[in-house]
Amino acid sequence: MIEAVGLTKRYGDKLAVDNLSFQVRPGAVTGFLGPNGSGKSTTMRMILGLDNPTAGTVTICGRPYRELPNAPRQVGALLDAKAVHGGRSARNHLLCLAQLSGIPARRVDEVLGVVGLHDVAKKRSRGFSLGMGQRLGIAAALLGDPQVLLFDEPVNGLDPEGILWVRNLMKSLAAEGRTVFVSSHLMSEMALTADHLIVIGRGRLLADMSVKDFIAANSAGFARVRTPDTEPQQREKLTSVLTEAGAHVLPEQDGALRVTGLPLPRISDLAHEAGVRLWELSPHQASLEEAYMRMTQEAVDYRSTADQKAGLMQPLPPGAEPPLPVPGQGQPGWYVPPPPQRDERASAPDTAQSSGTSGRPAAPAEQPSAPVAASAADPADSAPSEDAR
Amino acid sequence: MSTPQTPLPQQAAPPSWESGYTSPIPVVRAHLGHAIVSEWTKIRSVRSTVWTLGIYMLIVLGMGALIAWAIVRVPSEFHGSENPLAFGFFGLLVGSVCIITLGVLTVASEYGTGMIRTTMTACPSRIRVLAAKAVVFFLVAFTTTLFSAGLVALVHTALLDGTGARQPTGEEWLRGTLGISLYLAMLGLLSLAVGAILRHSAGAITLMIGVVLAPLVLAAFMQVESLEKLRDALFDYSIPSQMAVFYANTGATLRDSGPSGWDSLWIILGMTAAAFAVACVLLQKRDV
Repeated sequence: MIEAVGLTKRYGDKLAVDNLSFQVRPGAVTGFLGPNGSGKSTTMRMILGLDNPTAGTVTICGRPYRELPNAPRQVGALLDAKAVHGGRSARNHLLCLAQLSGIPARRVDEVLGVVGLHDVAKKRSRGFSLGMGQRLGIAAALLGDPQVLLFDEPVNGLDPEGILWVRNLMKSLAAEGRTVFVSSHLMSEMALTADHLIVIGRGRLLADMSVKDFIAANSAGFARVRTPDTEPQQREKLTSVLTEAGAHVLPEQDGALRVTGLPLPRISDLAHEAGVRLWELSPHQASLEEAYMRMTQEAVDYRSTADQKAGLMQPLPPGAEPPLPVPGQGQPGWYVPPPPQRDERASAPDTAQSSGTSGRPAAPAEQPSAPVAASAADPADSAPSEDAR
Repeated sequence: MSTPQTPLPQQAAPPSWESGYTSPIPVVRAHLGHAIVSEWTKIRSVRSTVWTLGIYMLIVLGMGALIAWAIVRVPSEFHGSENPLAFGFFGLLVGSVCIITLGVLTVASEYGTGMIRTTMTACPSRIRVLAAKAVVFFLVAFTTTLFSAGLVALVHTALLDGTGARQPTGEEWLRGTLGISLYLAMLGLLSLAVGAILRHSAGAITLMIGVVLAPLVLAAFMQVESLEKLRDALFDYSIPSQMAVFYANTGATLRDSGPSGWDSLWIILGMTAAAFAVACVLLQKRDV
């Protein structure tokens, strides 16, 4: 059980973590998400007592980390895989950590076996690959067989086998009743591993809810509509009709339309009334990645832009088509559907369906999502203007 | 992990958040003893320790051997009433650079590699980590110096025995082996504390070598009459002079001013204690 109350960290005039309060419960994998520089690692370091918070407190099982009688036996942490002395062998590295908290030396060989580093135990860790270093860090975290585990970006540099292993490891650790807190900037990875999500951006809490609630509250369903490719005027006609009816229409790369804000039967009716034939009308649910992107797009510190190569382009040969832009690149809001309107959410078929099948009683599921829906509305306000660019 | 996981009573029970998981490995209360054992593993498992101590012993024993060779070649030069152990001084003076380096590296290399974050996570009591490092380093430095200096002293007295030089007194033996070893180990501890304050290997080593050499260099350039007192003080209390005091003749000091007897040891003890106090305060206050 990790509990943060009003956690704040200020570096000079930069507020890295801003009044963060959350709880991480045992028996579940809790994902800790945020863009680069959003304060994930700083929060992790404050949990582990490495950094002193400017304000607020964070406790593990009711105690600040630095007051735990034998910290590695209660909390295991993988902060960054490079935090080892490269000149020391893997086994000696783990041995000195084991001795520090009175863990028997044979436990070292056990965890070396668990992470699969038995063959290189006597090798100096300087020669380790990123993935091997990550495994060594995980071994150090598991050494004390603790009830609380923190992993900062555990799958960095791991091969597919290693990623799968880490996923299963975290799930099995949580199934044993431990508290597992995993930070990542990869939403897709968290979608597969985590049960619960804590999302921060610019040091502030953006969401604290289960993965299912997160998708339901943040990802709008959308309809993919395709008019006959041979008749582009039909597509324009449908676009204007749907827009008049209050829908939000975004063209897709292959000529289809992405429509939000209208249920599928209504789109079909409108198309019929306008005399537009449809080749495709399909419901889609935005992925967790998209939900996350929309939530954090306002809070991204380091944003990529399209490589303009201004003045460096060769003149196009006569008659050649300029290359089509890659979807998403340099256009932050391109793939971002507009936010679910809170009052309309019940009428949208996809969201209604997913919240209905979440298998949870409706009342508690609605409860935590309410504040987040409000906070999610803020970034979304700017989405149309970014689309216009 | 390796414990059989098939029965999971935690799962069967309703999620009781307070109980969580309990490890089958018995939990002991961590104390300084654990930290000392851990630091011993650390210091012996990196090559830089082996190299610095190896070079240190090579310098002390090598220079001792060189002087022994000179004694054998021209024994008449070494007559007189001077302390026969004094020839061990040169090797230890040069070798002090190695002790300083090892002392600084014991702490600062952890900051350089990032290992300190792992260490401080595994042992949140930062003072305990620093204390364990100090104890282990002190014992290593003291033992190595005592062995090397003792061996050199034995060889020199044995060689000088036939040349008419006097035998060192018991007090001289004590100061020339135990005293100087304690002094050098304390000098290393001072370096260790400076390493913990600066958290940067190269910076701390440079500063410590400066502390050893700068007073002598400065004194050499102070030829003005008005600065005479300062010059003498710099000269008397420079670290090489303090080391030389351990080889002074019993009872008779060459100079009226400056430290004598065991004074040097108390001076370095005070400096080290002050540096450790600063290091402890900073360690508690700063983010790792």
